[in-house]
Amino acid sequence: MTTSPTVENAAHSGRTARTDNWWASPLMVALGFLAFIIYATYRAFENNYYEVNQYLSPFYSPKLIFDWWHFSPALLILWVPAGFRATCYYYRKAYYRAYFLTPPACGVVGTQGSSYCGETKFPWVLQNLHRYFFYAAAIVLLILWYDAIISFKTPDGHFSVSLLSLVMVLNCVLLSGYTFGCHAYRHLCGGALNCFSSNEQAKTRFKVWQFVTRLNEHHMGWAWASLFSVGFTDFFVSQVARGNMGPIPFF
Amino acid sequence: MANYETHEHDVIVVGAGGAGLRAAIEVSAQGLSVGLVCKSLLGKAHTVMAEGGIAAALANVDPQDGWQTHFRDTMRGGKMLNNWRMAQLHAQEAPDRVRELERWGAVFDRTKDGRILQRAFGGHKWKRLCHVGDRTGLEMIRTLQDQGVHQGITVYMECTISKLLKDGDKISGAFGYFREDGRYVLFKTKAVVLATGGVGKIYSVTSNSWEYTSDGQGLAYEAGADLIDMEFVQFHPTGMVWPPGVRGLLVTEGVRGEGGILRNSKGERFMFKYLPEATKNDYAATEEEAKEWVEATIHGKKSEARRPPELSTRDNVARAIYIENKEGRGSPHGGVFLDISYQDSERVKKKLPSMYHQFKELADVDITEGPMEVGPTCHYIMGGIRVEADSAQTRVPGLFAAGECAGGMHGSNRLGGNSLSDLVVFGRRAGLGASTYAKSVSGQPSINDSDINLAIEELEAPFNREGKNPYDVAKHMNSIMDAYVGIFREQKDMETGVAKLEELKKDVANVAVKGGKAYNPGWHLCRDLKNMMVAAEAIARSALSRPESRGAHSRLDFPDTDNGKWSTVNTSVYKDGDEMKLEHTPLPVMPDELKELFEEKEKAHA
Amino acid sequence: MRKATLKVFRGDKNGGDYTKYEVPVEEGMVVLDAIHYIQAKDAPDLAVRWNCKAAKCGSCSAEVNGKPSLMCKTRMDRFEDGEEIQVQPVKTFPIIKDLVTDVSWNYEVNKKIKGFSPPQDDNEWIIYQEDIDRVQEFRKCIECFLCQDVCHVLRDHDRKDAFMGPRFLVRTAGLEMHPKDTANRMKYLKDEGHIGFCNITKCCSEVCPEDIHITDNAIIPLKERVVDEFYDPVAKIFKSIFGGKK
Repeated sequence: MTTSPTVENAAHSGRTARTDNWWASPLMVALGFLAFIIYATYRAFENNYYEVNQYLSPFYSPKLIFDWWHFSPALLILWVPAGFRATCYYYRKAYYRAYFLTPPACGVVGTQGSSYCGETKFPWVLQNLHRYFFYAAAIVLLILWYDAIISFKTPDGHFSVSLLSLVMVLNCVLLSGYTFGCHAYRHLCGGALNCFSSNEQAKTRFKVWQFVTRLNEHHMGWAWASLFSVGFTDFFVSQVARGNMGPIPFF
Repeated sequence: MANYETHEHDVIVVGAGGAGLRAAIEVSAQGLSVGLVCKSLLGKAHTVMAEGGIAAALANVDPQDGWQTHFRDTMRGGKMLNNWRMAQLHAQEAPDRVRELERWGAVFDRTKDGRILQRAFGGHKWKRLCHVGDRTGLEMIRTLQDQGVHQGITVYMECTISKLLKDGDKISGAFGYFREDGRYVLFKTKAVVLATGGVGKIYSVTSNSWEYTSDGQGLAYEAGADLIDMEFVQFHPTGMVWPPGVRGLLVTEGVRGEGGILRNSKGERFMFKYLPEATKNDYAATEEEAKEWVEATIHGKKSEARRPPELSTRDNVARAIYIENKEGRGSPHGGVFLDISYQDSERVKKKLPSMYHQFKELADVDITEGPMEVGPTCHYIMGGIRVEADSAQTRVPGLFAAGECAGGMHGSNRLGGNSLSDLVVFGRRAGLGASTYAKSVSGQPSINDSDINLAIEELEAPFNREGKNPYDVAKHMNSIMDAYVGIFREQKDMETGVAKLEELKKDVANVAVKGGKAYNPGWHLCRDLKNMMVAAEAIARSALSRPESRGAHSRLDFPDTDNGKWSTVNTSVYKDGDEMKLEHTPLPVMPDELKELFEEKEKAHA
Repeated sequence: MRKATLKVFRGDKNGGDYTKYEVPVEEGMVVLDAIHYIQAKDAPDLAVRWNCKAAKCGSCSAEVNGKPSLMCKTRMDRFEDGEEIQVQPVKTFPIIKDLVTDVSWNYEVNKKIKGFSPPQDDNEWIIYQEDIDRVQEFRKCIECFLCQDVCHVLRDHDRKDAFMGPRFLVRTAGLEMHPKDTANRMKYLKDEGHIGFCNITKCCSEVCPEDIHITDNAIIPLKERVVDEFYDPVAKIFKSIFGGKK
């Protein structure tokens, strides 16, 4: 941490005058992300137990197998959701606070000094590419929906409902809520307009914008729920693939 | 002798609420240099508290509306004591001022077809109040502030004017200090526009902020202008009196409209006793009938039941609360209990959301859980500096006034929504008047050094003497005004009040304070007290001189409105030596074509 | 009667200290009431800025136990018995005296934003409510400057030289999204107001007493508009073909 010239004055000294547990929230976020990153990294490099019967782990979908690629196929696709989340406006808030301490909590000194320039310089200026990650993530999401739907069909062509399939669907629902509540999408679908009522097209975009706005209000909730669900779906698939358990079919 | 800095402008505007900002914008638009002096930061003026809206006969919602009807409503509301020309200009120009605000960026609520939405309000025949939710005043201030800033007005923030300077009988400057460090400042100017607002701080329960200390009235009075109609002080019947965190805050009439019940300390629903004979038959006779009306209203059903007595007129409710307290049946903190908590709490929250949230957040009072303690709260003063209607000039050459600190426009009672429109209509006119005047003055008028020395001596004096704490003196003034010149008045009380104020003058002249000049509120109050004293005395003497009840002036010993002499004169006070002189001056005579507006109306009714 | 102890900063830019005051706590009392009590009884020269005492003017901003707050909206019953309540001036702006700071920088920033620029026509404006809902949210701002105070870019990094701060991003959003405005402030936002300094850590939204969703509804949409104009070649091409409003 750089603590060049301190910004203190006669009435303020020290890190903060807050008396509450301001550190609890960033700590939990830091631990939560860390746990997920460790798990996801391990699974991405494991290159095994990601597919069993009609079930494909979301970490490995779409399955990109090429002769020239000698590593885990997950690495060819995971940059999309990882990039989408890394540039997401909610995650940015969360990790700037939890890992970069700019600031750790409101009214609490983390880093100081006038060398700060936010997201105006490389690499942070790349956060502006969030919308491109959104486009890519939306395509991947479509594929995950496809995976979830075909998981209802057993390899021998029967229709079957299993807990794992339902988990995959739920995962897609949560991912959709997260993806389509994206701030960049909210802008693209209608927020860019200054007048919602000027013509029929604008009116339609306004309706979409209103829907996206409702999702967007809970973007943090969707972000955590879908992060958990995507990890859990992969975990479930891997357990079935390892033979530790079955997909728990209902019929 | 202490140093002071000097600034020179063609026009100085004192006060940066709606009227002051609008005046400054006008001066600047006329191509003159203007300095806008405000006691607080820019954009914090009391105008931000205005909720209801700005009255203007745009006829967007009710196409029948027009300036004539607005004019008639205003005059009737003021019980015909208004300056007819001001009321006319106000009604005619308000629509243009509203459109102008929109062009400057104000974002009013809209009708379904995309025009400015207007709402109904007490005393206005048609739906006339353009509004932005319940924060119309804030919208107006921000719009004018930004317009002014981008026009290049020079603003002197947190600067208090303590003296107007004259060259002979003409205005030549203004002297004051900056709150920040107490440094003195001289403004050399050809004209001054006063737009300093009201006087609420002379009463203990008021919806007004600390700034409302009668500054403009005091400065103008000292400079030789006269104040008219000072007996007319508007009290809102239901302000919170407890807890202190929300003391003075208004409880909207809507609470009573939704079935709120007023009770005294004995638990009696006292309003039944106070219904005037003339209108008694319009109100419920029993608690059962009132309950039936409320039930019917809640469920949107038709019922023969009449309205609850709590929905009597404002002055009547205020009178009832006053008498209950006077006879010892008031609540512990000098009010009565207003109870809406007997109703379903979800419904109350839905129907009165801002009331619920405001009191819950600011004072942890849950209006759905228990009764509120309410009493009359000082809200607005109709009287003020007498001005000429078209130019807003006072009788002192070069001195102009607009907004609440000017008198005449509202007569003896102001309609809701007419204050915001008053600010912009007469703010603009004052700016225009001051510009025209300043252009006619050749060269900068001269400043008399001894005046400056006197002004500085006066400001420094509290540091150099032993005397009372200014906060105690202010409190004492409040208690005198509450007790003797409050909402209901009697000869004997007011005579006592005048005598006590006379005594208090000595304390005001001798307040003392410790500490330095940098941002010292106690020191500031020392000077403000002098202005407050002018308002207090003017109100007391004016009220004593008017032996009738009219509009906001309610005499227990003269309960009726007089249609003879007292309907034809304004009360005017002015400074004569060290004495306050009082006169009754004839009202300006309304031309026949405007008089016809009232006759027509009566014919239609007949 | 319950008593509370307030630790109030007394001093100016040259230094100062905390003075403890005992204040009787009445029902429904707020911190500003306690300060007024101290002013009237113990310290008439205690400097505090306030006007409406109803959370409508935004004058009484301070830091209560380290949290940027309006004193008129901070209730005394929020604190536990015996808890010392520390009242400080806001940190981000230079101290004048006691609880009063010099916020004039904000007014300077405001001047630089290009004002409302409607078309020059004389027709009555037809504007529908749904087109101004967004703008009306921004115009709720009471300019308490708590968002400016809590923003770490201004508070901890002191980049007042470069960053306009949340309050003025809100103002700009209100202008940019106004259906009748014709100006374009994107270049200003990027190169002079430095919207990129904001790392959307949302403290501004947390402290806003008017509940304006500063980050989600004002800053992020503006950031996206800046992206449209400067960081998104595809959108740029798209716009040059199909035309944009501004």
